Amino acid sequence: MSKHTIELTINGLRHTADVEARVSLSDFLREDAGYTGVHVGCDHGVCGACTVIVDGKAVRSCLMLAVQAHGADITTVEGLAEPGGALHPVQETMAQEYGLQCGFCTPGIVMTMAALTGEGKRPTEEQLIDAMSGHLCRCTGYQGIRRAVRKLVAADTGETVDGGAA
Amino acid sequence: MKPAPFDYVAPSSIEEACAVLAEAHGGATVLAGGQTLMPLLNLRMSQPFILVDLANIAELKGVTRVDGGIRIGPMTRQCDAIDNKVLAHDLPVLVQALRHVGHHHTRNRGTVGGSIALGEPAAELPAAAVALKATIEVRSVRGTRQVPAAEFYIGPYMTVLEPDELVTGIRFPEWSLGHVTLFCELAQRPGDFALVGLVGALAIDSGKVARAGLAWFAMGPTPMRAKTAEQLLSGQSLAEIDPQAVAESAIADTAPFDDAQASADYRRTVGTRLFARTLREALNVTEAA
Repeated sequence: MSKHTIELTINGLRHTADVEARVSLSDFLREDAGYTGVHVGCDHGVCGACTVIVDGKAVRSCLMLAVQAHGADITTVEGLAEPGGALHPVQETMAQEYGLQCGFCTPGIVMTMAALTGEGKRPTEEQLIDAMSGHLCRCTGYQGIRRAVRKLVAADTGETVDGGAA
Repeated sequence: MKPAPFDYVAPSSIEEACAVLAEAHGGATVLAGGQTLMPLLNLRMSQPFILVDLANIAELKGVTRVDGGIRIGPMTRQCDAIDNKVLAHDLPVLVQALRHVGHHHTRNRGTVGGSIALGEPAAELPAAAVALKATIEVRSVRGTRQVPAAEFYIGPYMTVLEPDELVTGIRFPEWSLGHVTLFCELAQRPGDFALVGLVGALAIDSGKVARAGLAWFAMGPTPMRAKTAEQLLSGQSLAEIDPQAVAESAIADTAPFDDAQASADYRRTVGTRLFARTLREALNVTEAA
């Protein structure tokens, strides 16, 4: 059993920590770094709730060891908006389109959307929907999430979208 | 934390990684992208003494043209292979197959070599390697060997890899440009394991099939090469090809199983129809009424 010193950036802050090799990135983020917005649903890569952005890409933090994140730049849902500040456009869109109910899956979904949309990115609806297939939501029936996807794609490509029908 | 305790090393060269594997005498497990290994560790189905992370070995990454063919470094992430210009140009069918591997998120971490070395019978990449006549380059402290993909897989999750061996490259021979690409897959949801699928390519020379490569996935204990159909196609002019007859001969080389998702009969029926349709579309012929 080996212990390792890792240095990484989480939501813009530098962290140094000693971790046991077997600690997953999701457990490290929640229990050591305190980012409990990282929700752990299944712990084997099926549900998508623990999705965070690692070096610009949406990944499942339960399928990475903390030691593998040495040197990485990580964003969790806590890093999307300033405390008390305006919501991130993805969060705003999810709220407007009723893309959540209980909220357990939401941080993961929001992080995938945030990784794939925004400045300079022009995702197709098909690409975003395909990425969403990696997330389980047991409440919404996905229609609100689909509407949010459509709206985000339209915002990035400069097209207008009629406000709502699924 | 869920996995049983283990040591972790991240060597920076192939030689170093091979030395660790040799010294561990079978107690080491290689960590590539971890998208299959991490669940196995969390469920304690895998309990290695030492995990050898290949992420720091630069020479295991990247796609290069060699001798007319293509060499893929095993630590090339699936997402990077999908965006690779050389692959898109020379071997588009592999890109098509890659898009069906797991989910967006797992493709962001998962590697080409990880999927090839794991040998999941329902996976796209092992079947693509068999269909496209790839060679798997394997290294250990004992030396290097080249294993044809068709001889690499011996059962579900079982390959000819010895515990001290490492996959260091996957070489695809040249498939002439403008080759016909074939890919079809049926899964219950996007990202689910395939119920049945086929990947392949036809190299065309003056209107005739010069070379055919076809392999099924989820249709037996390993990727199943459709040898009979390959032979049937070889030398045929494109106009002569009977997609239904080819699909029926291809399905003869499978050994599908019954499970909770589908029966063997269902896989055979759907597989035949899917492949016939894919071949028809690829050759742009219309179905006989």
